Amino acid sequence: MAKVNVYVTLKPELLDAQGKVVKAALENLGYNGVQDARVGKFIEIVIADSGNIEKDVDEMCRKLLVNPNTEDYRFEIEKG
Amino acid sequence: MKFGVVRFPGSSGDKDAYFAVRDVTGQSVEYIWHESTDLSGFDCIILPGGASYGDYLRAGGVAKNSPIIDAIRKFADGGGRVIGIGNGFQILCEAGLLPGDLLMNNTARFRCLPVKVRVDNNTSDFSGKCCKGQVLSLPIAHLTGRYYCDSDTLNVLEKDGRVLLRYCDESGNATEQANPNGSVGNIAGVVNERGNIAGMMPHPERAVEDILGSTDGVCILQSMVEARL
Amino acid sequence: MSITDTKPIEPKEYKEMGLNEAEYNEIVRVLGRHPTYTEVGMYSVMWSEHCGYKYSRPILRLFKKYREAIDGAGLENAGIIDIGDGLGVAMKIESHNHPSAVEPFQSAATGIGGMLRDIFTMGARPIAALNSLRFGPLDEPRNRYLFEQVIAGLGYYGNAVGVPTVGGEVYFEECYSGNCLVNAMALGLIRHDEVAYARADGVGNSVLIVGSYTGRDGIHGATFASVELNEESESKKSNVQMGDPFVENVLIEATLEAIASGFVVGIQDMGAAGITCSTCETSAKAGTGMRIDVKNVPTREECMTPYEIMLSESQERMLAIVQKDKVDEVTAIFKKWGVPANVIGEVTDDGLVHVYEGDDLVAQVPAKSLADDAPTYQLEAKEPAYLAALQNYDLSQVSEPADYNEALLAILASPSIASKQWAYEQFDQTLLTNTVVAPGSNAAVLRIRGTNKGIGVVVDCNGRYCYLDPFVGAQIAVAEAARNLACSGAKAVGATDCLNFGNPERPDGFWQFKRAVEGLAEACEFFDAPIVSGNVSLYNETPEMAVYPTPAIGMLGLLDDVEKHCTSEFKAEGDVVVLISGVRFDEGEKLPVCERESLGGSEYLKVIHGIVAGRPPVLDMEQEKRVHGALLKGIGDGVIKSAHDCADGGLAVTLAESCIAGGIGADVKLSANCGPSAALFAETQSRVVVSVEAEKLGLLREIVDAYRVESTILGTVGGDAMTIAVNDVEIINVGVSELDSCWRNAIPGKMAETGVEC
Repeated sequence: MAKVNVYVTLKPELLDAQGKVVKAALENLGYNGVQDARVGKFIEIVIADSGNIEKDVDEMCRKLLVNPNTEDYRFEIEKG
Repeated sequence: MKFGVVRFPGSSGDKDAYFAVRDVTGQSVEYIWHESTDLSGFDCIILPGGASYGDYLRAGGVAKNSPIIDAIRKFADGGGRVIGIGNGFQILCEAGLLPGDLLMNNTARFRCLPVKVRVDNNTSDFSGKCCKGQVLSLPIAHLTGRYYCDSDTLNVLEKDGRVLLRYCDESGNATEQANPNGSVGNIAGVVNERGNIAGMMPHPERAVEDILGSTDGVCILQSMVEARL
Repeated sequence: MSITDTKPIEPKEYKEMGLNEAEYNEIVRVLGRHPTYTEVGMYSVMWSEHCGYKYSRPILRLFKKYREAIDGAGLENAGIIDIGDGLGVAMKIESHNHPSAVEPFQSAATGIGGMLRDIFTMGARPIAALNSLRFGPLDEPRNRYLFEQVIAGLGYYGNAVGVPTVGGEVYFEECYSGNCLVNAMALGLIRHDEVAYARADGVGNSVLIVGSYTGRDGIHGATFASVELNEESESKKSNVQMGDPFVENVLIEATLEAIASGFVVGIQDMGAAGITCSTCETSAKAGTGMRIDVKNVPTREECMTPYEIMLSESQERMLAIVQKDKVDEVTAIFKKWGVPANVIGEVTDDGLVHVYEGDDLVAQVPAKSLADDAPTYQLEAKEPAYLAALQNYDLSQVSEPADYNEALLAILASPSIASKQWAYEQFDQTLLTNTVVAPGSNAAVLRIRGTNKGIGVVVDCNGRYCYLDPFVGAQIAVAEAARNLACSGAKAVGATDCLNFGNPERPDGFWQFKRAVEGLAEACEFFDAPIVSGNVSLYNETPEMAVYPTPAIGMLGLLDDVEKHCTSEFKAEGDVVVLISGVRFDEGEKLPVCERESLGGSEYLKVIHGIVAGRPPVLDMEQEKRVHGALLKGIGDGVIKSAHDCADGGLAVTLAESCIAGGIGADVKLSANCGPSAALFAETQSRVVVSVEAEKLGLLREIVDAYRVESTILGTVGGDAMTIAVNDVEIINVGVSELDSCWRNAIPGKMAETGVEC
């Protein structure tokens, strides 16, 4: 078994409406040093260790988990 | 003419589309379950509003992998007419059947209100009964309605006249203030290159009777009925 | 098999679950032995105020329908009101106050979900939601956070589940800081011959759990709702449930399809007290019993104990009793929609709920003792010490404002009066294409597809009036709801109530509760709008203060012809503005009676002078009813073009709202034999501002005479400013665009001000 952590974020050139709200809210709490805040998704997948995990997960991302037109992604695999 | 209204789990706008077609255009209409792969006998497919699969992951992101989507792709390849409204528009974009994507409103909030949209293309299968430049009053109700595409795609859409509807003010000016969600170019609806697939965020099927406050959606439904197949 | 050899439960343990010693001893008496740990848990939630109404039940008997139901066939999940044509409307309102103060987004969402399940488990298709909300002032970051999150949560759930939110009300008062009120209301449409019941009939029939898997969320939520909020509350987040609108959406479709199959004998939502409540209530109602095995309950966490499974309040679950030879057919329907449905037991004939964990019997209790026999208490009621001084406050000391224009604008900008567009724009109001009048007018109006009929629906309550006189305040809530319906052209036919009060164990708290219910019961009967369902939420207080007594009234009205509905905005230049009021003056008397008294409890006193005092306005229900009759006649005959209820803020605010909504001005002249502030801002009851075409004034006069109410011509619609002269001196002159921006931008301005604080 392996655990895969997938991180999905909006492409940097796009307006992240949620991130904008979070940034404003943090500033209102007095955190004036906040330069930017972006909201993304974190997807945890537990998968049988097939030896092809990297390829499989990349395919999952492109087919379902991520909209490649608007989102970037990366993932890390924890085997064991 | 026979319409089909696709039902995904979570498609709550299915009934609105069904009643609008049946009661307002008088055409025959049937629900189609999303696991179906047979669209024979249908002339026009409606992907209705709602929140298919709860809009979890992304609006329309799960529904695009339903069996019906491949069937719709073939249906459209054969010249069949397809319209996605609200969530249906999101699904068509996710499935790559229409250019661009829909992002969360720039307000980061759900917005439900009547808006004005201008008909920029009145030669499509979805707008032949409208006048060019006509201003329609239609309701919107969405969280993820900010139309986005890259500048190359936008240029193509503009050049080819594939922008169907644009958010505008009372007089038909596509101003920033009239844009309810931050859509690029105030775009509220587009058609594909062939002209037989359309998507729009405003809901024409909710504006089809005087008692509902507007009948401006009728011209869009009637355009679909009367356009040559 | 039976349970023997049980040991006494430690007092510390049952007290932590909310039972007192007398109640524990009663359990021992009923069972003839000490209860198991699981059984104590079951009794503690079922006998909490939230489920068992142990303090409120004696008072609720004042409601006619409640009394009839308790003495007769029993309470159903939501009352049904007949609207003719073989159709009924199922309607209910419920509170989600305590959890919302801790986890506002999820709790508000969950509130709608539970309401909808009460509706569709009767076989009714949900057609609309409304809400009644109370927060502390928006100047406080925490209150902005709660408001923001509650609205977002209500929208998130309602929009995704696919039910339009068509109306509601929001007030902001200091007493709701720290204890906001979140009441969700839902309506469903049903054919009388297709009603499903929450009964476990038919020995041997199968018992199914349908919907989401069971988790540890919400355990003892019902008990949590029955105590005051304190600092520990923040750490009680595990008491809060998480809702899933997508599951609920498919549950609606699947359940309605399953009920339509005819194979479902009985069905009940799992809300407070989860499996415990649904098994014992359905058995008690049918006079049967039930044997279930918790091992057959699908769980979302491992190693859940029977205690946890029986008490879980995980959302989107239902208990269904299915004909024993039709289980496959019914589960196939749920499977099509992707909804889990699992047999967990069967109906028995012994009146007991038997709970097994595999072969082990872990609880065996009489269903009726849990469901119906919660001990009730007659609590002491005593008029609050604050009341006499407040009621006798000398309002003649109150000075006139320096500038009436500024006073009007300040009141329009008060968040309780100002436009709520910021909130309702976040709700899908037009889904299902029945919405004829959306939020922002008097009542919401929906058409009933397939008929010419329409329904009006509204929720109302002025908590400040109830604080100053709970009996009168509650009656005004009923009168105002019926008046709002009449302004829309709908005749009141039924009501639902959400009784939000403080701690009933304090005599003054219980007095408020008792007086308000007495007022409600009398008024609802008087206006022919019986209360068919409701909910009680007590202990709405923090160590610092209790909320105002807030009996929110949801009311349904009927329009025989939905085309003949009416809205609040002025329609056209030249139309005549007329005040219809209940007070009938004697011959020769020119001036209305001094309205100074009615400044008591007004928005004007609060906003301009910072005073909450006086008596609430007088309500004469006879007069009020005649006004409703005249409005319904005038609207039905097409004489009245616009109608708007004079309520919070008084006549000047009513006029301003009709101008703003119509985008047109009005020129108005008032006569008053007291200070202009009373003429402008007194909240005198039984008054409505209407507009009519000049040539129809004669027809209007005939109607008001027939109904023996007063009509006073105030002026004409037109221009781009609202002007009001009192005794021939113009004291209000403001452009409609200024009125509009002041009223419309007040809440967005507050919300954008300085953000929120979690």
